[in-house]
Amino acid sequence: MKKLINDPADVIAEALRGMAVAHPELRIDHTNRIVYRGDAPVPGKVGVISGGGSGHEPLHGGFVGRGMLDAACAGEVFTSPVPDQMLEATKNVDGGAGALHLVKNYTGDVMNFEMAAELAEAEGITVESVVVDDDVAVQDSTYTAGRRGVGATVLVEKIAGAAADQGRGLSDVADVARRVNAASRSMGVALTSCTVPAVGHPTFELSETEIEVGIGIHGEPGRQRMPMQSARAVAELMLEPVLADLDFSGDDGVVLFANSMGATPLIELYVMYSEFAAILDKAGIAIARSLVGPYITSLDMAGCSVTLMRADDELLRLWDHPVNTPALRRGC
Amino acid sequence: MGDVNLSLLTGWVREFARAVGENAQYLTDLDAAIGDADHGINMDRGMTAVLGALDEAAPTDMSALCKQVGMTLVKSVGGASGPLYGTFFLRMAGALSADDSVAAADFAKALRAGVEGVVQRGRAEAGDKTMFDALAPALDALDAALASGGGLAAALADATIAAEKGRDSTESMVARKGRASYLGQRSVGHVDPGATSAAILIAAAASAFATGG
Repeated sequence: MKKLINDPADVIAEALRGMAVAHPELRIDHTNRIVYRGDAPVPGKVGVISGGGSGHEPLHGGFVGRGMLDAACAGEVFTSPVPDQMLEATKNVDGGAGALHLVKNYTGDVMNFEMAAELAEAEGITVESVVVDDDVAVQDSTYTAGRRGVGATVLVEKIAGAAADQGRGLSDVADVARRVNAASRSMGVALTSCTVPAVGHPTFELSETEIEVGIGIHGEPGRQRMPMQSARAVAELMLEPVLADLDFSGDDGVVLFANSMGATPLIELYVMYSEFAAILDKAGIAIARSLVGPYITSLDMAGCSVTLMRADDELLRLWDHPVNTPALRRGC
Repeated sequence: MGDVNLSLLTGWVREFARAVGENAQYLTDLDAAIGDADHGINMDRGMTAVLGALDEAAPTDMSALCKQVGMTLVKSVGGASGPLYGTFFLRMAGALSADDSVAAADFAKALRAGVEGVVQRGRAEAGDKTMFDALAPALDALDAALASGGGLAAALADATIAAEKGRDSTESMVARKGRASYLGQRSVGHVDPGATSAAILIAAAASAFATGG
């Protein structure tokens, strides 16, 4: 393992320390591993909280700030944070309008957030939870834990955060979050495995000539292994199941989000973006807005994911709303 | 005088922590095949925290012990294992009184209450390829051995055999819960890490009660 770390056991604590120095506008609780916007709680505003295992940076801590999250709880690498963290965050961002928990659909995350919401309700704080599950690689049936929360998480955090920033009420903000999730689908591909610092070797083996199709964001294997192909062919096999799963034709077009899993450079991501755009063009789907970059990663995995969100007027207005976080900043 | 007391239960918890530490790498390797390669790391961190809490303030009765173990696991493990193992011990705490000792049958009831908590939290059913597939046959074997008049240590030995058989049976199952379920048919051929740590939990009880009883 070759990583720029000191001790595998200290990676998360030291990364949070770096964030605190680099972004003094945030407040970081190092004991509970919670990143807060500096002025939380904002009176009268719905507190928007997310969290999850570490290793997906900038998700979630990098999206804390005006127009997005009020707090993010960091778990161990690829491991959900614990109920105590979410309870503490909920208490500290509640400005009297309640709190919204944005949860990626993984068994552990859902259970830990569920326990936290029960504890917060017992302390008199109103909590709504929205579970993100946009990954078309997983069959949504009673025979699985359901679809995973992947790329749409970034869109949900951005758009629900905007709705909360506009002063809308808890159930309204939660509805917006659910609407974004329902309108979004994602698919990911890995060229290499990632290496969990505490493990020290790649989570799975992938030869030079193979790709893993339908991967999640934790180094869990995908559904299918295929020979390496051109960007054009890979883009096609990624978008095909996305387009088959939801009707994206509509007057308002789509938000097209091309995401690097960590090690894939922007130059390749733009090659992929161009291929995605060409496929959408051929399908008669207009691109209303774009997001390109490493926003929800899987440590040092090479590969990318694509997320489409069916846009509408309201969602686009919220997408364009000012946001000021370490990883996403515009209009501020 | 009952069959189970605070010292035996503490011995079980300590033995479970030791065995989890010894098998941490193995549990993580199993998880790498069908999950996310952290089950051993997380359980070891949790049980190390449990030992730390025990050393800092030893509980004075069995219910308090189980509560402390459960709370510590919920706080320190994360993932799915934290709420599941945490709920197991918290429900055991609820089922155990503050009495000095309980009869073997009452201890078995407390174990069953713990497993029912796991089922409620995880919504797992038999055959889903989870820890329940090791725990359910273990409890059935325990009850059967106690009902036929066997002693607790012997009954726990039977339960261990059943738990390990249940663990092995997960190899041919298609996962329907947790991250392994994303693999569909590709989860077949791998033993479930949660069922493996659950079998270790039962074996730890057998071992602690055999040496301590």
